[in-house]
Formats: sequence, C-alpha cells, structure tokens
Amino acid sequence: MTPVKVFGSVAFTNVARVLVCLEEVGADYEIVDIDFHVKEHKSPEHLARNPFGQVPAFQDGDLMLFQSRAISRYVLSKYRTDEVNLLREGSPEESALVDVWLDVEALQYDPAMSSVFFQHRVVPALGGMPDEGIIGESVEKLRKVLDVYEARLTKHRYLAGDFLSLADLSHFPETYYFMEMPYAAVFDSYPRVREWLEDLFARPAIKKVVSLMAKDFSG
Amino acid sequence: MAPMKLYGWAVSPWMARVLVCLEEAGAEYELVPMSRSGGDHRQPEHLARNPFGEIPVLEDGDLTLYQSRAIARHILRKYKPELLRSDNLQESAMVDVWVDVDAHQLEPIIRPVVFNVIIKPFTGSDCDQDLVDESIEKLKKTLEVYEARLSTSKYLAGDFVSLADLTHFSFMRYFMATQYAEVVEAYPHVKAWWEALLARPSVKKVMAGMPPDFGFGSGNIP
Repeated sequence: MTPVKVFGSVAFTNVARVLVCLEEVGADYEIVDIDFHVKEHKSPEHLARNPFGQVPAFQDGDLMLFQSRAISRYVLSKYRTDEVNLLREGSPEESALVDVWLDVEALQYDPAMSSVFFQHRVVPALGGMPDEGIIGESVEKLRKVLDVYEARLTKHRYLAGDFLSLADLSHFPETYYFMEMPYAAVFDSYPRVREWLEDLFARPAIKKVVSLMAKDFSG
Repeated sequence: MAPMKLYGWAVSPWMARVLVCLEEAGAEYELVPMSRSGGDHRQPEHLARNPFGEIPVLEDGDLTLYQSRAIARHILRKYKPELLRSDNLQESAMVDVWVDVDAHQLEPIIRPVVFNVIIKPFTGSDCDQDLVDESIEKLKKTLEVYEARLSTSKYLAGDFVSLADLTHFSFMRYFMATQYAEVVEAYPHVKAWWEALLARPSVKKVMAGMPPDFGFGSGNIP
C-alpha cells in the first residue's frame, strides 16, 4: 500500500497536527518538504494540492486534501480501530463533544496563542517591533479560555470527556511553541491544564513529532 | 422525546448557521430567544450552559453543545447524515475541507466587513475603512479559489449539497446586503452557487428572521 503523503515542513503547526494523528494511528506516511524560500508553496504544482498556497496538503491515492483539521479527521477515520477511535465514531454524544472542543481549539485557543507567537517571534524576524498591546490582549483572551479549560478538566480527564480525542491532540502544536516563550508563565495558574498538557506531551506519538520538529529547526 | 432547544438571537449569523441545518434536517426544535443587549449570555444561567458565554447553544436531551459548526454537525449526523456524507470517507473528507475553508479562510475576511459596514454605524463607532479595503482585496483572492472550485463541481464538496455549502450562508447573507456584494457577483460560478443556496426553502425561512440591518434600523436590537 502506498504511504500517504504530507506536503509541508513539520515545523509548521498545521503540518505537525496531521503528523500527530498519523503517528497515533500508526499509518505509513511520507513527508514532502515544500520550500517557502523559493516560493514553492505558490508553484502551480503545490497550488494544485492546496489552492490557498498553504501547508499542509495531503495525498492518499487520488484524494488530495487541505486544511489540517479536515485532514486529521480523515486520517483518524480511515485508520480507526476499536482501540484507536479518536473521533469517537459510533457514539453520537461523544463525537459531538469532540467536535465542540476541536472548534474551541481552532477558534478560541489557537488564535490567542498564534497572535502572541506572531508578535513575539515572527514580527522581529521580519525586522519589526512586537506590538505589546496585541500581546497583552491576546494573553488576556488566553487566560479567559484557560479559566474555562481548568474548570472543564477538573470534571473530566480530557476535554471531550474521560477519553482522549482529536480535540486534545489538536492543541499540541501551537502549545509546543508557546511554551518556549516567556508568556508560558500564564499556564502557572492552571494546575489541571498543566497536568493535561504533561499527559499529552508524554504520548509517544507527540514525542515522535517533537523530535521531528527539533531536527527540522536544527537542519 | 422533547424537542431540541436552541438558545440565542436569530439575527446572529452563528445562530442562523445552526437554524439552516435544523430546517434542512426537518428536526423538531424550540428557539429560546435571548437578549444580547440585555446581556443574557453573560448571566450565570447561560454560563452554566456555555462557559464561554456565547450563543448559539443547543440542548438535546442531556447533551449541551456550543460552537455553531459543532452543533450543525450533531444535528445533521442525527437527522440528515447525507449532508455530511457520513457513509463515504472521501466525500465526507471533502465536506470537512470546505467547512474548514469557511471557518478559516472566508469568515475571517467577511466578518470584519459586515461588522464595520453594517453594525458600527448603528453603535456610533467609526467604520475602519482601511480594514474593509484590505479585507475586500483578500476576499477577491479567496473568491478566485471558490470560483475555480465551483467551475469543476456543482457544490463545494462535490456535485452534492452539504454542510460545506450551508455553513457559508449566514455570514454571506449579511455581506451580500452591503455595497460589496458586487465583488462576489463578479465571479459567475460563485454567484450561481449563492443563488442556488438562496433558493433553498430552509434558507428562505431562516433569512426571514435576518433583517439586513440586524434589526438595528427597526429598533429590534438583538
């Protein structure tokens, strides 16, 4: 069986998201790098895979997908077993809660974090000055989100319930980079959130993707 | 079985996204109106349903859901799974792709236009015209992708209507009430797709509760 292909460098959070899912299900996959320095992401070949000129793109035979959480859903559904059912297919109530918390990650958690990352890391790399006002606002937004997470994780082991799901895994990539910034201290006030993150970061699939990300940066 | 309850104000595009799916599914539901200006969503009673203090919220028996697309998926999975293509892995993947395109590529562009052009004048704030202009430029590039897609398939996920199409309706409804509608209409396949959506009975019904000024003009402030 031909391995599936993931287009894009693992350093990108959206690519890392897909790789975590592939690792969790134990699928055979190949990473194809897309070189942003030579604008490969805007090449006709890549636009045919991802019309927005972004990464990741994903290929399984004739099927070409983009949008990392859509790809993640496909991977987790295709390779689902009784033991590894991270979308909780077969249980309408559980899969609805996975959908809720995946959207919370995508639309509440991730934007607050990536805004801080953009100001603190990307803007200086592009020769600009971080906007401390935006950083402050984003950290406040994140705090409000973490208040909710702390309460939720006090009642349940994981976000959608007492079972691990894509909703939890999807938090890994952005959090990984956030923890390297001084603003990571915002997590100090949230003990259950920290435990939940430690649990996630201890998973072999996540450790594997972390090692790929580390190699990518040093390479 | 008790009908599902949907909490919120019907003019909200997030609320309307769910209402369209309820209507498509033909599901029994009760709309529990809430007052935005009255701050109902910040009251403890509502925070117990949705700790993020937002609407819509769906109660279906013991299950309480929020995040409009998650609610939409639940309703369709239960009552009209063909709109998710749940039985076909490749087709459901395409539905998921274009639902996320709405969430991450389109809505973030049209939302600030709607907010600045329609809402701000009523709330006494100045329209950020630079932001609107920037958004319109981004929109044109994004619409090129939609136009190319809709030139090769009747609907976004394929030749079948799905949540991917329905999810777009509510924000577009307001955008198309602004002077920038012509930007969308310049793309013939996007225009035809939009008109097909408007022709759906579910969309017509929900649109009746969505005055183009969000109710501000008539004094029915949400």
